[in-house]
Amino acid sequence: MNRKKTSQLGQQIVFVGPAVLVFVLIILIPFVSGLYYSFTSWNGVSGEVSWIGLDNYKHIFMQDTAFRDSFWFTTRFTIIGVAATNVLGFALAYFLIKPLKSRNVLRTVFFMPNVIGGLLLGFIWQFIFVKGFSAVGELTGLAFFNQPWLGTEGTAFWAIVIVFVWQTAGYLMVIYISSLNNVPKDILEAAEIDGASRWQTLRTIIIPLIMPAATVCLFLALSWSFKMFDLNLSLTRGGPFGSTESVAMNIYNEAFSNNRYGLGTAKAIIFFVIVAVITSIQVKFTKSKEVEA
Amino acid sequence: MEAAYKKKSGIAAVELAMIALGLLFLIPFYFLFVNSVKSFSELLTNAASWPSFFQWSNYARAFEMTNFPVAFRNSLVITVVSNVLLVILSSMAAYWMVRSGTLFNRLLFLTFVAAMVVPFQSIMIPLVKVTGMAGLMNSIPGLIICYLGFGVPMSVFLFHGFIKSIPMEIEEAATVDGSNTYGVFIRIVLPLLKPMLVTVFILNSLWIWNDYLLPSLILQSPELRTIPIATFAFFGQYTKQWDLALPALVMGIVPIIVFFLAMQKYIIEGITAGAVKG
Repeated sequence: MNRKKTSQLGQQIVFVGPAVLVFVLIILIPFVSGLYYSFTSWNGVSGEVSWIGLDNYKHIFMQDTAFRDSFWFTTRFTIIGVAATNVLGFALAYFLIKPLKSRNVLRTVFFMPNVIGGLLLGFIWQFIFVKGFSAVGELTGLAFFNQPWLGTEGTAFWAIVIVFVWQTAGYLMVIYISSLNNVPKDILEAAEIDGASRWQTLRTIIIPLIMPAATVCLFLALSWSFKMFDLNLSLTRGGPFGSTESVAMNIYNEAFSNNRYGLGTAKAIIFFVIVAVITSIQVKFTKSKEVEA
Repeated sequence: MEAAYKKKSGIAAVELAMIALGLLFLIPFYFLFVNSVKSFSELLTNAASWPSFFQWSNYARAFEMTNFPVAFRNSLVITVVSNVLLVILSSMAAYWMVRSGTLFNRLLFLTFVAAMVVPFQSIMIPLVKVTGMAGLMNSIPGLIICYLGFGVPMSVFLFHGFIKSIPMEIEEAATVDGSNTYGVFIRIVLPLLKPMLVTVFILNSLWIWNDYLLPSLILQSPELRTIPIATFAFFGQYTKQWDLALPALVMGIVPIIVFFLAMQKYIIEGITAGAVKG
């Protein structure tokens, strides 16, 4: 009996030990020490870390307008980004389950931007906004292409939205396609025989049945857009005048450019709480809308 | 008859519209490629046209200046080694957590699930300090250990869901035949896990290959740069020199595009499977 117990323990250590070890070292310890540092004036350079209580949090909520602005930017970006990429992803999926000759090629094309990392994508689009758009503008004379896309606050926002949607819609399309393929054909046929219009079928049958996929897609889009960093860095670097600085970038700059590590970790903790709350509300909400066929 | 005809022409219209949209999606690649082989003066005068001649020397210069083979090798080593270790670590952990449902293991699983919500930016600042103290800074093995830590929660979660669906009877038969737990895991469970191994491998590969922020914090020496960091450094240095920057970008995206086109079927399946479990 005793021997069995030791071998149980041995197996526990062999099977689970390595995973727990890296998890504790890389996630748990930084997370817990982050909680502590958020109450200090740690500057990352000197060894001295002094406790300052809630001062960092007070500063963030009372005085830090840059953080507030970045938060507002991220919120607007998230709302528009999540809606646009899900609508486009679903529309692509909806049309690409039809018997089109080119549908396999098109699926590949729409998905392809997604395999490229945000950093490289941002640089590619930087060229397109700066040089490509102006070339098209000269050819066509359209004012749309002749604006300094990355140079003004309003257009830089939309520039990031465009690239984000271009990058992520294909991924969501893949998930929506697999979900749409699982909608039972007999229900759709029954609806057609009963004389339901295409719009009615979509709204009352298809959309309720694909809600599990919508839960996943909204969750993914939400966390991608809220945590956006790479695209932001390579496309605008937060400019012009900090108008497109995401929360993730604000945290990064606070710590690694301004060397205010304590303040940065306090922001990081706030960021974590917001992400956790928003994503769990979203998952709860869309899960409640799921039905079974 | 008429209804069938209407349906057919409707499909044709959808097809045309989708092809048009597909071309629109590809335009950025057109701009990227044609301008990467133009001379600098031609690129400045007209960025939309087909190149009047192909100046391939742009590539040779960018290849040399970015030290591309080194960056490529670093990216490859980091992605492959992290993936192999991650798959082994997490499948073992998930297997034991399913089969030995002790309170500790159940709590551990919940901790992993909760950790999946934590954004990277929320722990990156203290992480730099912790990795510094643990001697993981500025080294590729150190970066790989970081990827193991960040990859474990999601990978264990995916394996956990999959292993739960494997019937116990198969393993019990092997136990009767005299295999111990390790034997059962390697000979029976691991082969059954293959579809999920592929999913975890694909999802983690795309993430690790493209990641910029973590390697930029951990690796400082130029000879350790991965493709995203090398591209970033190069871009910072030659901002307006598009005749160098664009070929560097093309070289940066070619490996992952080739990987995608070759593995497309598995990637699509992997994403779908990952999404259903997630």
